[in-house]
Amino acid sequence: MFDIVYQYLPYPLAYSLIILIKIVLLVVPLMVAVAYYTLAERKIIGFMQIRIGPNRVNLSIIPGLNLLRGFGQPIADAFKLMFKEIIIPTNANRYLFVIAPTLSIAPALAAWAVIPFSETLWVANINAGLLYILAMTSLGVYGILIAGWASNSKYAFLSTMRFAAQIVSYEIAMGFSLVGVLMAAGSLNLSEIVAAQQGSVFHWFWIPLFPLLMIYFISGVAETNRSPFDVAEGESEIVAGFHVEYSGMLFAAFFLAEYANMILVAALTTLLFLGGWLSPFQGMGVLEQWTAWIPAPFWMFAKMSIFMLLFLWFRATFPRYRYDQIMRLGWKVFIPITLVWIVVVGLFILAQLPPWFDSTPITTALASR
Amino acid sequence: MTVKLIFYLFAAILIFAAVRVITVRNPVHAALYLVLAFFTTSGIWLILQAEFLAIALVLVYVGAVMVLFLFILMMLDINLAPLRENFTRYLPVGLTVSILIFVEMTLVVKVLSKPAPADLPAASSNIQLLGEQLYSLYVYPFEIAAVILLVAMIAAIALTLRPKRWSKYRKPEQQVNVRRQDRLRLINMPAEPKD
Amino acid sequence: MTFTFTHSELTLLLPEITLLTMACLILVIDAFLSDEQRDLTFQLTQGTLIGTALLVWFNVPSEPIFAMSGFFIHDAMAAMLKFFTLLVVFWAFLYSRQYLKDRQFFKGEYFVLGLFATLGMMIMISAHNLLTIYLGLELLSLSLYTMVAMHRSSQTASEAAMKYFVLGALASGLLLYGISIIYGVTGSLDLSQLAVAIKNSPVEHHTLLTFGLVFLVIGLAFKLGAVPFHVWVPDVYQGAPTTVTLFISSAPKLAAFAILMRILVEGMSSLQTDWQNMLILLSILSMGTGNLLAIAQTNLKRMLAYSTIAHVGYLLLGVLTVTETGYAASMFYVVVYALMSLGGFGMIILLSRAGFEAENITDFKGLNQRNSWYAFIMMILMLSMAGVPPMLGFWAKLSVLSQVIQTGHVWLAVIAVIFAIIGAFYYLRIIWMMYFEKAEETQPIQAEPLMQIAISANGLVILGLGIAPHILMSLCLTTFGLSSY
Repeated sequence: MFDIVYQYLPYPLAYSLIILIKIVLLVVPLMVAVAYYTLAERKIIGFMQIRIGPNRVNLSIIPGLNLLRGFGQPIADAFKLMFKEIIIPTNANRYLFVIAPTLSIAPALAAWAVIPFSETLWVANINAGLLYILAMTSLGVYGILIAGWASNSKYAFLSTMRFAAQIVSYEIAMGFSLVGVLMAAGSLNLSEIVAAQQGSVFHWFWIPLFPLLMIYFISGVAETNRSPFDVAEGESEIVAGFHVEYSGMLFAAFFLAEYANMILVAALTTLLFLGGWLSPFQGMGVLEQWTAWIPAPFWMFAKMSIFMLLFLWFRATFPRYRYDQIMRLGWKVFIPITLVWIVVVGLFILAQLPPWFDSTPITTALASR
Repeated sequence: MTVKLIFYLFAAILIFAAVRVITVRNPVHAALYLVLAFFTTSGIWLILQAEFLAIALVLVYVGAVMVLFLFILMMLDINLAPLRENFTRYLPVGLTVSILIFVEMTLVVKVLSKPAPADLPAASSNIQLLGEQLYSLYVYPFEIAAVILLVAMIAAIALTLRPKRWSKYRKPEQQVNVRRQDRLRLINMPAEPKD
Repeated sequence: MTFTFTHSELTLLLPEITLLTMACLILVIDAFLSDEQRDLTFQLTQGTLIGTALLVWFNVPSEPIFAMSGFFIHDAMAAMLKFFTLLVVFWAFLYSRQYLKDRQFFKGEYFVLGLFATLGMMIMISAHNLLTIYLGLELLSLSLYTMVAMHRSSQTASEAAMKYFVLGALASGLLLYGISIIYGVTGSLDLSQLAVAIKNSPVEHHTLLTFGLVFLVIGLAFKLGAVPFHVWVPDVYQGAPTTVTLFISSAPKLAAFAILMRILVEGMSSLQTDWQNMLILLSILSMGTGNLLAIAQTNLKRMLAYSTIAHVGYLLLGVLTVTETGYAASMFYVVVYALMSLGGFGMIILLSRAGFEAENITDFKGLNQRNSWYAFIMMILMLSMAGVPPMLGFWAKLSVLSQVIQTGHVWLAVIAVIFAIIGAFYYLRIIWMMYFEKAEETQPIQAEPLMQIAISANGLVILGLGIAPHILMSLCLTTFGLSSY
């Protein structure tokens, strides 16, 4: 597909160009998804609270779309934010204040580089994919840390403190649940992790690693600073949290980063526990034949949307945690459970428990000894 | 050629960041420059094909250690003037030591004119090789290192944990376990008789 | 995947594994104990130490055995030093119990950290690779820093911990820098490979190797507390709670001696002449500074700290002769020193009580009137430290000095003797105070029976072994494959 580029350009240039094209092909749909995810949030939560949600801005420029009332809302929002003035508070640290949103959104986008959408659809397929994602998501905290500090505002600063402690705590549980996955799959490469779940819906890791799935996703919610773990935003006591002083596009960057991270957590949960792009009907005879025409990425997006919905559902349902409860949940509940479950997974592997652990790389290595 | 170019770019950024760490006035800025230095180092390691080490550096130092560092630094109100007073006094000693170290490093590098290691085959996994070494040849030091970390944890808790009677706090586990019966009492009150 | 160690190798590591497992177990058990039940932690710790010591005692190899891909060595020296380390730690904990209880920091972590420190010492003693030496050292140091700082309400302890930590980290850094230079030149961390690589290294590498060696020796001198790297010793010894001082001053010296032997004698034997000169310098400075400054001290803990520095000087004398008998003499010296140091700080603990530290020399005034038995024990200890026959300390000094003379460093022996005589002054001053001065305190000495037995045994062992020194001496000689002089 890209051969033509290599023919006409010197290698390094062509290589860079192709990477650039791939990135654009990934980021543009992602940004659109983020935009419409915000709309979905407002609509769905509206539905859950028996109201209508945004219904004014429609896409009347496109003929025949008058009926989709409210569907122009994200675009209108984007325009509004773009043309707003960026106010930098007095005594704020100018450079850091401006850099912070960039530091927030850059890792959120960079992490997407290793996410595979099908066997062949990815930007980069690196061996340490899982670690790379963990590293990138852990970088996201800097944007918020710096934003809170550079704003020179006590509310922003309090929020930063809350957020930093929370994210560091939950990263441990998250990391441990990933250890369980990599033990089960015998690889850190995301494509190989999906390949290790080959088979029907019952072959995916969500059954043997169920506690880890729960912990991973809940930690993901905490990491992205979403309700019910959104004490860092805590509008009831600290106004709006770390971005209280931000306006315009700088604010929008934080917003984009948060939603990109949410979709990322959904994608990862899908890849690690729900077989990624694999069809749930694999090896199910007639069902498999009937659904054979569906392209692989569809399954990926379908599974992702379940978790994306869960994010919104949580927000509409749960009251916010108190801070000590958040800490207790992370340190005293999640970490012990993951530690125990890692041992259990080890036992599963030793027992070569079918259908998940009878032919993983680790079990074959053990058998060949 | 491109690799060399990238290396020099990263090296320049690294040196700049490292110098800024010690010259910048604001400790938070210094910590942030340190983060930049770590990040750039990890980039250089990536060029060396040490992908696991590079990512581990970002994950551990940038993602966790420096966050906690910044966390503390941001909360401290450090008066820098007294810290800077002695700067010129200790400068000669510091310079001597750094020159000594530099000379020795050069000597070591000169002695060690070993050829660069061959490129790894594209399919080989850095992590796998590292893991195999760590859990077979180096298992003993690896375990000792684990014990050291355990001791560090015990030490941190032993030195900071205050007995319960010194501080007031709520116990979420008790609060979570609250039953309806504990809080709510249904009283059967007969309606007042009509008189 | 292949594992490069076998079950028989694991049995070699049995003492270490036992100690580690028990330390973790005690840590968990302790978390569920109430303060009244805390004695169980103490008993379990002591049981573990005895059990491990027995495991070591019944497995003394006739020739070195390597395990864990060469990281671990099990030889007679390792077995002997480990046994004595465990014994000394056991004894130190016996002294600690009452003291800690009186001061409200009888905590499980104290003993667990002590066990981990012991594990670190055992790892150091059995290390045959610069990597394991460093890791063992860090394990030991980290535990010790914490033990010093654990008495949080004491300001002096916190200060001592801070000093110890900063200077200890500096020493580790220097050691590590030396290791990295040596590794850069030879490309190996394994001591046997290192010895071969240094022997075969071209002449132009010599300067660089010496650079590395200097840093290694400085790092070791820091850990041993030899002059001019001794500045932390008096402050830490004085500031730390006495039980911790007791711990720091006794057992870790055995481990430090072990790594000195491993690095210099086993790894760097080809650089002999270089390190011999460095050790001579360190030794003379330590003996001189230690003995002279000890005279000026009024605080007993500080005085004993300077006395430790002096003892380190004598200890180095044996190593720098570069003979097997010299090493045996040094080992004899370090074991004897550990026993004396136990007794010396043990006496301070004995005389102290809640809210009062008997750490000033004047606190020993008229001890004979208050309790003649303890005065007698203290006299044994002081005479032994001073090197008066027939105490054990005399034989230790004698064996070291005779080796120095035999290898032709007569002038060094003369200096050592002169400093020993100067040093005898401040030990004898304490005896003078105990017997010939009037007591300022008249309070009877109260101690639990365990403490009384332990301190009496300590004194009598020094006296008994002093009368029959060949028991311990032959043990040290056989360690180095020698039958007698």
